[in-house]
Amino acid sequence: MSDVQTLQQGRSDGAALAIELRGISKSFGPVQANKDISIQVAKGTIHGIIGENGAGKSTLMSILYGFYKADAGEIFVGGQKTAIPDSQAAIAAGIGMVFQHFKLVENFTVLENVILGAEEGGLLKPSLGKARKLLGQLAKDYEMDVDPDAVIEDLSVGLHQRVEILKALYRQADILILDEPTGVLTPSEADHLFRILKGLRDQGKTIILITHKLREIMDITDTVSVMRRGEMTATVKTRDTSPEQLAELMVGRKVLLRVDKVPATPGKTVLEVENLRVRDAQGVERLKGVSLDIRAGEVLGIAGVAGNGQSELLEVLGGYATGDGVVRLNGQAIDLSGRYSDGRSRRASGIAHVPEDRQREGLIMDYHAWENTGFGYHHDPAYSSGIFMNNRALKQDTIDKMERFDVRPPNPNLQAKSFSGGNQQKIVVAREIERNPDLLLIGQPTRGVDIGAIEFIHKQIVALRDAGKAVLLVSVELDEIMALSDRIAVMFDGQIMGERLPSETNETELGLLMAGVQQGAA
Amino acid sequence: MDLLGVLQILDSTVRMATPLLLACLAGLFSERAGIFDIGLEGKMLMAAFFAAAFAAFTGNVWIGLLAAIAASLALSLLHGLASITFRGNQLISGVAINFLAAGVTVVIGQAWFDLGGRTPALEGAGRFQEVTLPFADALAPVPVFGPIYAELISGHSPLVYVALLFVPLSWWVLFRTRFGLRLRAVGENPAAVDTAGVSVVALRFYAVGICGVLCGIAGAYLATGLAAGFVKDMSAGRGFIALAALIFAKWRPWYALYACLLFGFLEAIGNRFQSIELLGIAVPSQFMQALPYILTVVILAGFVGKAIPPRAGGEPYVKER
Amino acid sequence: MPKWVDILLIPLINLALALFVSGLVVAYIGENPFEAVAILVKGAVGSPYGWGYTLYYTTNFIFTGLAVAVAFHARLFNIGGEGQAGLGGLGVALVLLALPWPHWSIALLAAMVGAMAFGAFWAAIPAYLLAKRGSHIVITTIMFNFIASALLVYLLVNVIKVPGSMSPETARFGVSLPNANDVLPWVGFPRSTPLNVTFVVALLACVAVWVLIWRTRLGYEIRAYGHSEPAALYAGISPVRIIMVTMLISGGLSGLMAINAVMGEAERLVLDPVQGAGFVGIAVALMGRSHPVGVFLAALLFGMLYQGGAELEFERPAITREMIVVIQALVILFTGALDNMVRSPVERFFVNLNKRAA
Repeated sequence: MSDVQTLQQGRSDGAALAIELRGISKSFGPVQANKDISIQVAKGTIHGIIGENGAGKSTLMSILYGFYKADAGEIFVGGQKTAIPDSQAAIAAGIGMVFQHFKLVENFTVLENVILGAEEGGLLKPSLGKARKLLGQLAKDYEMDVDPDAVIEDLSVGLHQRVEILKALYRQADILILDEPTGVLTPSEADHLFRILKGLRDQGKTIILITHKLREIMDITDTVSVMRRGEMTATVKTRDTSPEQLAELMVGRKVLLRVDKVPATPGKTVLEVENLRVRDAQGVERLKGVSLDIRAGEVLGIAGVAGNGQSELLEVLGGYATGDGVVRLNGQAIDLSGRYSDGRSRRASGIAHVPEDRQREGLIMDYHAWENTGFGYHHDPAYSSGIFMNNRALKQDTIDKMERFDVRPPNPNLQAKSFSGGNQQKIVVAREIERNPDLLLIGQPTRGVDIGAIEFIHKQIVALRDAGKAVLLVSVELDEIMALSDRIAVMFDGQIMGERLPSETNETELGLLMAGVQQGAA
Repeated sequence: MDLLGVLQILDSTVRMATPLLLACLAGLFSERAGIFDIGLEGKMLMAAFFAAAFAAFTGNVWIGLLAAIAASLALSLLHGLASITFRGNQLISGVAINFLAAGVTVVIGQAWFDLGGRTPALEGAGRFQEVTLPFADALAPVPVFGPIYAELISGHSPLVYVALLFVPLSWWVLFRTRFGLRLRAVGENPAAVDTAGVSVVALRFYAVGICGVLCGIAGAYLATGLAAGFVKDMSAGRGFIALAALIFAKWRPWYALYACLLFGFLEAIGNRFQSIELLGIAVPSQFMQALPYILTVVILAGFVGKAIPPRAGGEPYVKER
Repeated sequence: MPKWVDILLIPLINLALALFVSGLVVAYIGENPFEAVAILVKGAVGSPYGWGYTLYYTTNFIFTGLAVAVAFHARLFNIGGEGQAGLGGLGVALVLLALPWPHWSIALLAAMVGAMAFGAFWAAIPAYLLAKRGSHIVITTIMFNFIASALLVYLLVNVIKVPGSMSPETARFGVSLPNANDVLPWVGFPRSTPLNVTFVVALLACVAVWVLIWRTRLGYEIRAYGHSEPAALYAGISPVRIIMVTMLISGGLSGLMAINAVMGEAERLVLDPVQGAGFVGIAVALMGRSHPVGVFLAALLFGMLYQGGAELEFERPAITREMIVVIQALVILFTGALDNMVRSPVERFFVNLNKRAA
């Protein structure tokens, strides 16, 4: 607490405040996302807000941007108490926000997206002309080049983000909020973004950066606030703190950054992938000839920025996307595009799959926990006979699994949507790991999962490996990849850029590979 | 067939296409803003009834037109209330509106006129009269061009010209104005509009309102231009053909004109001939009637070009968590 | 929120609102709504005659309601019940006219196969276009209603009417189904009521649909697909298969409605044998929350409305039959489209109640 006090004292004599929030609270139904939060952000600084997934960071900033209405609390902008009932008011107060999921109209041009909502007059022509000029100016000032007439859907994700920032600047925002801006960027793109942000700060703009990555906080922010479970636990000057201290504030106790495991003892080859190619619905090639193999008793980690083909790799191996090439499981070729390329056949051949997005794919959120226990395995004679489901067996099995995996509350009759993220993931992991598969595909195993469940799930993955099974791990969290993998393959633009042993590489080298830079350039 | 015969069919095509075109443009505004509307049929029917009823009461077709627009607008607002305010299912709301109109027009019509759901026949100022364009009579003797001008271009109800004017107007509004930009954006990605500080709800209500006005004019044309009064179920599936034309037109104003002219042409042919010989095969009139629906299914199946509706269409806007 | 609120209280509030607005319409045209309700109820269930008609209509609506309900579970909106039932009627007629059937029970089974096959076929084309080409099924099924109607008119006028006859209808079938009067003579159904053994088939269909949706693996897959297509794909459930199978079942159920109307009542195929029952099925499924028990109760309600409405028109000519269409529209509006208008405040009420109790 002393940090906070010194900071606040320091501020009251010095810099003026851009933003002050007092006593903000917000609930979504029974979930309290923000509890009595107060925060001060000085003008002309980069202020970080760090916290785990679900800590309430995005909700807080969405309130500041008028996207949600707070249940209680006050907002001061530039020292003036300001009511922000909607985004219009936030924009008028000089606040701009770049959301984690971009808010762009896909089939509009860059120019049209930039002026949308901030047009001058009823006709489009003058606004478009003015925006074109301003965009040219901004490109010069901040290295933010983008073709004003390009259609959004033809642009890369990095450029989408640039358009979002340009949108805010076009509206003359003095305070810019960015929500997890680097999640979709390569390390070099992220560095470029940070240069832009520093440039904006030096021009007197105030930046609020929401992230769960400690490195970003340490690299770029001047001050940082830490959130945990909807509460603000501390605000400190970045140069007075350390990653370890922040991590502790985030989770409330010392974190185990390493996973305890014995060295792998790989056996025979379980999975062989040769020259695998996948096209998406639009005909764009998303996997461009991927080759890899995994042996029994080994975890192969796939590192990469989201959207570089990892999802497609999981989908085609899991049986719900078609591809070309050769995939062999225990020496047997797998059908990649014919009759038997579906999830059911994959499961029958010994592949289990914890998908990247449990709410969209891994679970039916409206199904009871017991119905989800058989999901994907509903043809198993233990769960169904003839044309009928064996609901009683499903329920009993769910009760047992819930006990073994410590799912809380252990009630099989609750719908999946009423469990927390960590407990939902445990339901999925229990279902897949207890099939004792030869190969486990597991994507983003701990996304949106609380620390306690993360440790538990990591232990399960290692235990499966130690039982002599093959594991293909996909994660965008480099820490997770480094901690769990026996070998690391890096994907970029639908290709494997290279393979490394965790003991012989570091985050810098992996980061370069993730950006598509081949060795030698390092 | 001689020139006059052809001209008569084309003339009839324009008449038949007019209500389709108005309803199609109505649906275009609504669906471009992300609100599916299968209630075009009901709105047209309700409008037709109120147009005929008020024209019969007052003897003034313009008051009938206003009543038609008001009635159609009321149903539009109901659709907006259900699908925008209360985030209900837009298709179900449309179905309800179609039935509501089918029932209410007869129940109220019986109470007002006691003619088994009809309105009294309209005459004189109670109907839209044909507009003779300048020099139509003078030019009529000129070969080829004269008859085309006098028969085909001149001599329609004013609402026909209004409908045709709405085509460039709709294009201009949608693609050249701020309102059009926002309206198209809200049908593609309402979150983009919301975070840009523009009200999604207000925009969608405007769109649904425009849809109501256009359906109102379409219905008024049915009862006071094409016919001389209201009869039960007189919209006769035109709302659905308009919907079909909208898909055919891929949600674009000029294409909408062409699609409606095509479907109007099919109707004109079907009205004139019981069956036609094509390549030696007698095509029954029922086939001609079903042709717009069959063509739409073919288009929807994507065998002839793909019809991609506005991305946010049919989904109520909920701020994501 | 307790379960009974969801499945009982909210539908009842919705229904009450629909009936209230209907009452306003009746009052507007100068009739007393309470009297109207009294006449309607008496006409529907006040006599064996009334019951006979009420349950006959109920039978129709159970089939079309179940058809919509089954499709709803896969999140498919099958608005084509009207056309599918019409084709079902064609199937019934072709089967029954093809052979001299020795006994009604064999004829019934054969006609059911014909009805289901033709109804399913008419649903199969939109289903295939959705599954393989992504065509919007609401629009295609609407289009198929119109195409079916044109097809039936063409066939009845040009192909399958009795040669030499002016009226567009087929010859009478050689068999008739046992009437309520034959089966239950002691109840006193007049011979003229169209209620027949198809009612029993409809009740069996309710049970079969319940078993299908909540007890079979197919039902499990249908519901899973309805809740989330990506999840279904992940689980190895083929969307193409689910769409096809669900729509075939839905179309088959719609087609079965023709057993009651074409084989049981008219005993020949006439123009427009469905009489809007396909559309009533939408209201029935919405009100019945897609559950067979709910569908049965809602079908009974609409059966009463149809029969009582006819009596009402007879006694109060100012209230035309179309009043039923108005009520039907309002039921669809309040239970379907405006559901959240009632649901949100009720939910908030129970959340607050829980908070106070906790």
